[in-house]
Amino acid sequence: MKKKYFLNANVVDPYNSIEEIGGLIVSEEGKIEAIGKKVNKNNIPSREKFIDLKEKYVFPGLVDMRVFVGEPGYEYKENFKTLSNAAIAGGVTSVVTMPNTSPVIDNVSIVDFLKRRGRDKSKINIFPAASLTKNLEGANMTEFGLLKKKGIIGFTDGNKTIQNTRLMSRIMKSAYDLDCLIMQHAEDLELSKNGMVNDGIISTKLGLQGIPDIAEKIIIERDLTLLEDLNCRYHVSQISSSKSVDVIAQKKEVVNFTTGVSINNLSLNENDIGDFRTFLKLSPPLRTEDDRVSLIKGINKNLIDVIVSDHKPEDEESKRLTFSQAATGASGVETLLPLSLELFHNGSVKLFKLIELLTSNPAKILKINKGNLSIGNDADFCIVDIYKPWIVKKEKIISKSKNTCIDDKKLQGQVVNTFVKGEELFKI
Amino acid sequence: MAINTKKAIKISQKHLLGIQDLSISDVNLILSEAKKFILLNKSKNKKINILNGKTQINLFFEPSTRTQSSFELAGKRLGADVMSMNITNSAIKKGETLIDTAMTLNAMHPDIIVIRHQDSGASNLLSQKVNCAVLNAGDGRREHPTQALLDALTIIDRKNKIQGLKIAICGDILHSRVARSNIYLLNMLGAEVNIVAPSNLLPKDINKLGVNTFSNMKKGLKDCDIVMMLRLQNERMTSSFLSSNREYYEYYGLTPDKLNEAKNDALIMHPGPMNRGIEIDTKLADDINKSVIKEQVELGVAVRMACLKIFCE
Repeated sequence: MKKKYFLNANVVDPYNSIEEIGGLIVSEEGKIEAIGKKVNKNNIPSREKFIDLKEKYVFPGLVDMRVFVGEPGYEYKENFKTLSNAAIAGGVTSVVTMPNTSPVIDNVSIVDFLKRRGRDKSKINIFPAASLTKNLEGANMTEFGLLKKKGIIGFTDGNKTIQNTRLMSRIMKSAYDLDCLIMQHAEDLELSKNGMVNDGIISTKLGLQGIPDIAEKIIIERDLTLLEDLNCRYHVSQISSSKSVDVIAQKKEVVNFTTGVSINNLSLNENDIGDFRTFLKLSPPLRTEDDRVSLIKGINKNLIDVIVSDHKPEDEESKRLTFSQAATGASGVETLLPLSLELFHNGSVKLFKLIELLTSNPAKILKINKGNLSIGNDADFCIVDIYKPWIVKKEKIISKSKNTCIDDKKLQGQVVNTFVKGEELFKI
Repeated sequence: MAINTKKAIKISQKHLLGIQDLSISDVNLILSEAKKFILLNKSKNKKINILNGKTQINLFFEPSTRTQSSFELAGKRLGADVMSMNITNSAIKKGETLIDTAMTLNAMHPDIIVIRHQDSGASNLLSQKVNCAVLNAGDGRREHPTQALLDALTIIDRKNKIQGLKIAICGDILHSRVARSNIYLLNMLGAEVNIVAPSNLLPKDINKLGVNTFSNMKKGLKDCDIVMMLRLQNERMTSSFLSSNREYYEYYGLTPDKLNEAKNDALIMHPGPMNRGIEIDTKLADDINKSVIKEQVELGVAVRMACLKIFCE
C-alpha cells in the first residue's frame, strides 16, 4: 500500500483531544503515522502527492455499539457483507453485533463460525456480543469466561431484558469476577406487554397498546441498585425518557456505569409515527418531545455516553402489516452519522462531544483500541462533508433491508470516503 | 319517499376512517342524509336504487352481528351488489396478509369496502392500498365512526340537539373504539362529556381529549342527559384488569340507584352486545321509557345508508 497524505482537514479525534485544522499520514502498513496540525505542506516531501481536504472533516471511524445482523438465520434481512457495505457508507468502521440470531450467539462453537464469517465477508471490524442467557430465555447464564476468551467483548440479550432479579444479581457477580461487560436492554416486560408505542395521548388516539416510560425506569433503578452491591462493568443499552435520565443522574453519584441512546430517540418523537407508519415502530419506542429534549440535555450533562444506530434491518414483508403485526426496529447504521450531525447543526450538541459519543466513548466502554486516531493504530477513519445537504431515500439505502425511519428526511452532512486499515473502502 | 338529490356540500374525505378526520360540515352532511333514510326504512318499500351497479364488499375480520348485518342491509336497500366475505373460509386463514387481500379485492373493482379488523389502523392501511372508498366498521380500539354517528343521530332524534347536553360514557374505555369515536364526535357537536371507568380501564392521558374523568360512577352521572354504557371487552383483556364481574357490577354496572344521579329524563344507550347483569341492570336495558338501545340499532341502518351513499359518490 502506498503511503497517503491528507492535508488541510478539520481533524476531530476526541480520544486524543484533537480538534484542529491539520493533516493525516497513513503508513504503507495502513497505520496512522502522524496526525494534526503538525502535518502540513511544509513537512511532507515535495515529491509526494497529497489530498487536499479543505473544508472537509476527518473523524475516527465510528464505533456503533448496537447493530442487529441477520447472520446466521436471517440472512435475507442482512448478512455481514451487506452490513459492512452499509456501515462504511456511513463512516462506521466497527460494530457490535447483537446475539439475537438463529441460532443465538450463546456458545463457543457458534462464535468461531461468526468470527470466520465476519472476517471473510465483512470489510469492517465486527465485534460480536454474546447472549447473557442461553437461547435468550432469561433463565441460565452463558459461559461468560469461555466466550470472552474466544473474543466476545460484551454480553447482552439484545432486545430482551433479564426480568428475574436474582438471576440479574448473579450475572453481575459473574461479570465482576470475569471482568465482562453487561449491556442491558431496560424494559419491564410485564409493563410493556403487547405495547407498541409510548403510553400517552398518542397511544390513546391511535388505539395502540402503550409502553409506559416507567417500564424502562424500573429496570434501570433495579439494576443500578444491584450494582451498588458489586460494581461490575454495566451499560444501559438505550434510554428513551426523561425519567430514565433523572435516575441516571442520581445513580451516577453512587455507582459506575455507562448509558447509551439511540439516534432515533434523539432525533424523532412519537408524533412522527403519524398515520401508523410501521417503520417508526421502535424499541424503546419514540416518546414525547419533552423526553427527546431531556435526552439531549443528558448528553450535554455527561449522563449519556454513547449514541447508537440500533440498526435493525427488517424485510418489507415484516413491515407491510398492520402496526400491531409489524416487526419492531429500523435500519440505520448508514445514517447514524448524518442524523447525529443534525444535532450539531441545530445547536443541540457540540461537534466534539457528538464525535466522542460515536467513537472514543463506545471504544473505551468496550475496551477495544478503536475509535481513535492515535499514532500507530489502524487507520480507520472517515472524511466527511458536514455541510452537504441531501435527502434520505428508501430506495437508496445500501443495507439489505430498506426500513429506514427517516425516509425523505432532509439531512446535512455526508460521508465522502471511509478508510479501514488505511484502505479506501468507500467513496461517494 | 322522495330523496332530495340537490347537490349540497361535498364530503371532505375519500374514506371514512374515523371521526377525527371529519369536519363539522361532513358530520352534518352525513346526519342530514341519514335523517332522510329513517322514514324510508319504516315504509313498505324499503328499497331505492341509487347505488345500482355499485359493488360493496364487507370485510369482517372480527365477529359482528349488528354492524355487519346493518351494513349489508344498508347496501342492499340502496341497490348495491353486496358481498360479505367470510373470513373463516378465506385466504386470510391460509396466511395471506391484509395488504395482499386488499390487492386481490381491489382487482375486482369494488366501489366501496367496509372493513372491521382487530388491529387499530387496519382501515388506514387498507385505504392506502385500494382505489375505492373504505369505510371503517371498527378497527381495534381506535375508531368506530358509524357507531358514533348513529349514536349522535339517536340523541338528536330524542333530544333535538346535542349542543349543551351532558353525556356520560361509562365502562371499558381502554378497549373501546366506540368511546373514542363518540368522544371526538360529541365534543365536536358541543356536548360535555364525562368518562366513567375504573382507573384500570382508562387509557393514558384521555383527559387531553377534552373530557372529564371519574372513577366514581355516581359522581360521573350527576345531572347527565345521556348515559352511554359500554360492554366489558373480556376478549381484549390479556391480563387481570378487574377482580370479578360481580364487583364490577356493584361499582360500575348501571343500576336504578346510580341512574338516579342523572337527570330524570336521562336516556340509556348501549352499542351492544350487552352483558346483562355486568355493565347494565337487565330491567333498565329493557325499560322503554329510558332505554333507546333498540332505536340505536334501527338508526344504525339509516346512518350506514347515508355513509354508503355519500362515500360512493
